Amino acid sequence: MPQHIVLSNITREYVANLAQSEKRIDGRAFDQYRNIRLKVGHITKAEGSAEVWLGHTRVLAGIKLKPGVPYPDTPDAGTLTTSAELNPLAAPDFEAGPPQPEGIELARVVDRGVRESGLIDFKKLCVTPGEKIWTVFLDLHILDYDGNLFDACSIAALAATLSAKVPNKQYEVAEEDVPIPLTTRDPPISCTSVKIGDRILLDPGLDEDLVMDARLTVACDLEGNIRAMQKGGSGSFSVPEVKTIIRVSQSAGALIRGLIKDAVKNGEATLG
Amino acid sequence: MSGGNSGVELIKNGKRLDGRRPDEMRNVTIQAGVLHRADGSAYLEWGGNKVLAAVYGPREAVPRHTQDPNRAVVKCRYNMAAFSVDDRKRPGPDRRSQEISKVIGEAFENVILTEEFPRASVDVNIEILEAEAGTRCAGLTAAAVALADAGIPMKGLIAACAAGKVNDTVVLDLGKAEDNFGQADLPVGYNPHTGEIVLLQMDGHLSPEQFDEAMTMAVEGCKKLYEIQKQALYGRYSDAGSRDHSGGAE
Repeated sequence: MPQHIVLSNITREYVANLAQSEKRIDGRAFDQYRNIRLKVGHITKAEGSAEVWLGHTRVLAGIKLKPGVPYPDTPDAGTLTTSAELNPLAAPDFEAGPPQPEGIELARVVDRGVRESGLIDFKKLCVTPGEKIWTVFLDLHILDYDGNLFDACSIAALAATLSAKVPNKQYEVAEEDVPIPLTTRDPPISCTSVKIGDRILLDPGLDEDLVMDARLTVACDLEGNIRAMQKGGSGSFSVPEVKTIIRVSQSAGALIRGLIKDAVKNGEATLG
Repeated sequence: MSGGNSGVELIKNGKRLDGRRPDEMRNVTIQAGVLHRADGSAYLEWGGNKVLAAVYGPREAVPRHTQDPNRAVVKCRYNMAAFSVDDRKRPGPDRRSQEISKVIGEAFENVILTEEFPRASVDVNIEILEAEAGTRCAGLTAAAVALADAGIPMKGLIAACAAGKVNDTVVLDLGKAEDNFGQADLPVGYNPHTGEIVLLQMDGHLSPEQFDEAMTMAVEGCKKLYEIQKQALYGRYSDAGSRDHSGGAE
């Protein structure tokens, strides 16, 4: 992840100076996403899957369900386990091995996006209270890292979840496989901005991800309410800057929500 | 692989469960240069298998004690996605994937001109996104294209294909049920330029005659794969107008 990469000073200064003159390295506006392509359901062995291309960043999310034993404090609810693998395929400096703090933060932020949004109706994932529930495994495979893994992973995770099925037949729980129980089809959408100097840029590309002073991910729901936040990086934000990022996340999130809906319905969709 | 006839009917009227003839391979498609960051990459679909391979290097081998002062080391990592199989696989290397990584890596050590790059490493990453029998062959075949895409000098473009035995008949490229209930499995990695075998494993039960037949069939399969590999590379490099096939959304 960003912290490990040695970045040349010339790139660092170039990106920072560009931002000062209201420009970005790839010519985008400050509040503009790169093009997004989302493909749903092509991993047939998974109960739900989605692959997202955010510019050149590429992430594959897969969902598997398995019968399990509930936690003692929630005997009548299913569970969710999210993992993210910063695969050595994805960048020259990603290494195989136990998850690094960056990968763990990523998995936890995406996990909260799915869990705390109440997207999955966990009560309905209970088979026998106190004995048998469904465990939902959400695995994120980072295949190509070109910046902003948080948003790419969130989009892939949501689309995979929305299209997932409960494998009743495979585990002989019921006669028919059914769609995973959901409480809504309009989940909160996470949008990430970074601060470079005193500028705020949405959807950082690789160089911007490496140069940034601070990062803020904001998830907004359909009504524009704020549902989750995560700051990263050693820099800081002022309160007005945070409010700017919230506004940008509200409008960009609405577009992405539409994209996810389209892709879940039609198998594939693009934005931009 | 029990070696004996399991009693499961896998061949009916000369046709296999999925309608193939005994010497017929599943459909294979390969695309070269599909990733943006990797030095070389390839995506392969082979029946129900979906495989992504990425190559980094030659680059300085780290940690330094892994360096060889006389040649490059080949570091191969075969990994299955948790969601690539029916029952979720726990992430991370298990004994099976470490063994496969080793035998595939050694196959590539044979063909890569490692002596050209002292102290360097060539990192070969094979990611099984979806698995349906024959992933080590699919992984090796995809990785060879990724290595060529990365411009790594090699003695030849290698490919791998399995032959086996089901219902006492020698067949090419075992499918899922054939793998589970068949009598023999013989994955072969082959260098079509030199005729050398670079990967060879076997389990089950074959008579010497059946082995000859299976080996001939597997080598023929590798030759077919070699043509598909070449087409993937032509497709990548003859298309002068667009150098970037990484499939990015930009």
